[in-house]
Amino acid sequence: MEEQTLTQPVKSESAETEASAHMEQPDARATSDPLAVMGDFVDPNEVTDAARAIHAAGYTDFDIYTPYPVHGLEKAMGMKKTILPFFSLGGALFGLGNAIFLQWWTGTLHYPLNIGGKPFFSPWFGMPVMFELTVLLCALTTAVVMFGLLCKLPQWHNPFQKDAGFRRAVDDTFVVVIEAKDQRFTVDSATNLLEKLGASNVRLVNV
Amino acid sequence: MNGVKSESVREPLILGNPSLGDVSDKIAGIIESPPTKKFWALVTITSIIALQGLCSVAYTVWVGPGVWGVNNPVGWGWAITNFVWWIGIGHAGTLISAILFLFRQKWRTAINRSAEAMTIFAVMCAGLFPLLHTGRQWIAAYWLLPYPNQMQMWTNFRSPLEWDVFAVSTYFTVSLVFWYTGLVPDFATMRNRIKNVLGRNLFSFFSLGWTGSTRNWAHYEMAYLILAGLSTPLVLSVHSIVSFDFAVSVIPGWHTTIFPPYFVAGAIFSGFAMVMTLLIIARWVLNLHDFITLKHLDNMNKIMLATGMMVGYAYAMEFFIAAYSENPYEQYVFLNRAFGDYAWAYWSMVSCNVLVPQIFWFKKLRRSIPAMFVASLLINVGMWFERFVIIATSLHNDFIPGSWDYYSPSWVEVSIYVGTMGIFLTLFLLFAKFVPMLAISEVKGVMPGAQPKHDHH
Repeated sequence: MEEQTLTQPVKSESAETEASAHMEQPDARATSDPLAVMGDFVDPNEVTDAARAIHAAGYTDFDIYTPYPVHGLEKAMGMKKTILPFFSLGGALFGLGNAIFLQWWTGTLHYPLNIGGKPFFSPWFGMPVMFELTVLLCALTTAVVMFGLLCKLPQWHNPFQKDAGFRRAVDDTFVVVIEAKDQRFTVDSATNLLEKLGASNVRLVNV
Repeated sequence: MNGVKSESVREPLILGNPSLGDVSDKIAGIIESPPTKKFWALVTITSIIALQGLCSVAYTVWVGPGVWGVNNPVGWGWAITNFVWWIGIGHAGTLISAILFLFRQKWRTAINRSAEAMTIFAVMCAGLFPLLHTGRQWIAAYWLLPYPNQMQMWTNFRSPLEWDVFAVSTYFTVSLVFWYTGLVPDFATMRNRIKNVLGRNLFSFFSLGWTGSTRNWAHYEMAYLILAGLSTPLVLSVHSIVSFDFAVSVIPGWHTTIFPPYFVAGAIFSGFAMVMTLLIIARWVLNLHDFITLKHLDNMNKIMLATGMMVGYAYAMEFFIAAYSENPYEQYVFLNRAFGDYAWAYWSMVSCNVLVPQIFWFKKLRRSIPAMFVASLLINVGMWFERFVIIATSLHNDFIPGSWDYYSPSWVEVSIYVGTMGIFLTLFLLFAKFVPMLAISEVKGVMPGAQPKHDHH
């Protein structure tokens, strides 16, 4: 039960060997085309400042991978507010409309049944089902749109995952990734920027 | 633990000052370590309990609900009692995960995951009872669900029992979605560290390829907020609608407007008692004292005290309204409740639900594990009796004295009820062993120094 060195921030030169031991064998087709430059942070204040600086430097294809949501980081990165609530509202209205239509159409048009002289349709007895279907469709829409559309999941293969340092982003490290597909990207400029901002273990990850 | 403390020196939520990696190690360690003999022994016992219940379920389906003790005036017996009890237990999970989230009660992070799991398993157990109670379960589909069928018949939307179908199924689905959404980042943590190949594949699959990208977290946090915002009115609606099963009828003792709030308060009360029972066992078995601290348990005891008093108020108010209404049937039902054939059940209920939680006025008892463990068990018993009293006393002496009868369950009903506890505990044990039992990413987010200081801007 002794404590592992895992709890220390990444400083390893053995990142590459660890990666190949953990994952499959290095891909024979691997080229030396750059994929991204990565750097690690452990302090939430420093990484927020870094996000602001990278955004100010004009990069757009960069991201910061964190083990938990760091408040204000998305603003520092220059992200717009998420449009998810509009989808949720749409889902809620769809559920509400369905509930009204279902109860009204089945009760009054398709098969009207007189039960105890109660009205065939009324918003009052229809209220519970209307509420429940509104909530149900809103929740399902929110989850599906958030994961599927906005986060673009599921993603079964992620090229960054071959980097051992990157894999620790869901454990204890804030990993800043500047991707090669960014128009401003050059290996030197991205590396220099991350080093200047105080990132540790700044590294180039190839395709 | 001495009296006066300034607000800024709050008791820490996590003891031992662990690093981020320690949190992953501790929680993932439960899953990574091989199952112990103790674990298998417990699962075997609970599975046997579940299995005997399922045998009785099969017997009921084969022969029909005539094998139960339900009779002509008391048509609802144990089955509906158990249904309401289990549904109520689920409510604490949603309260902790959604309502306390909206109120920014950070202490919830250590207990929300297991409370949500409990909700889902409790609703599964609850759903069994009304389904069995329909008698012919294989044709219940067209009574319960509005789907196009050859008879061209639809469900009766004017019935509160039909509202229940929608309320309970929505509650189950939304709770599951909320639970799974919370689990995705933790599955990603597990995926990247577990050595077992099957485990890694399963966690890869369920993590959906989550990476912890801030561009994803921003959407994720909004989704979590919306789901919490939806679950909050949902949880209030579910037990309100369950109470409509009674309140919309014209039976004395049921036909009261106090039922929805009274049922919701009782649900939260019983749910917290069940969370307490399970957490005390879990923190002892899995050695989680640093994460589930006395502060968490103390807070939960305070909520139990508050909701217990609300329930006690409702008991008193029912009597007052019965007297004030001058309705002789209403008055008779309540006198019969307290002094009739089921007086033993009524006074068990009052002692367990109103008197027992009073011990939580004292900080010493709020922080005493044995005291709160016994209290939580008694409250679970008391809340079961509450539903039993409501159902049995209102039905057994109905409008015509010639049809009055006494109801007691048959062995089949007892066996099914005990069986659902086996199902619940088996599922909970498997959850605690194979799924991150504490919300890893949420715990990390509330640790000291985890969030940036915004004062330099």
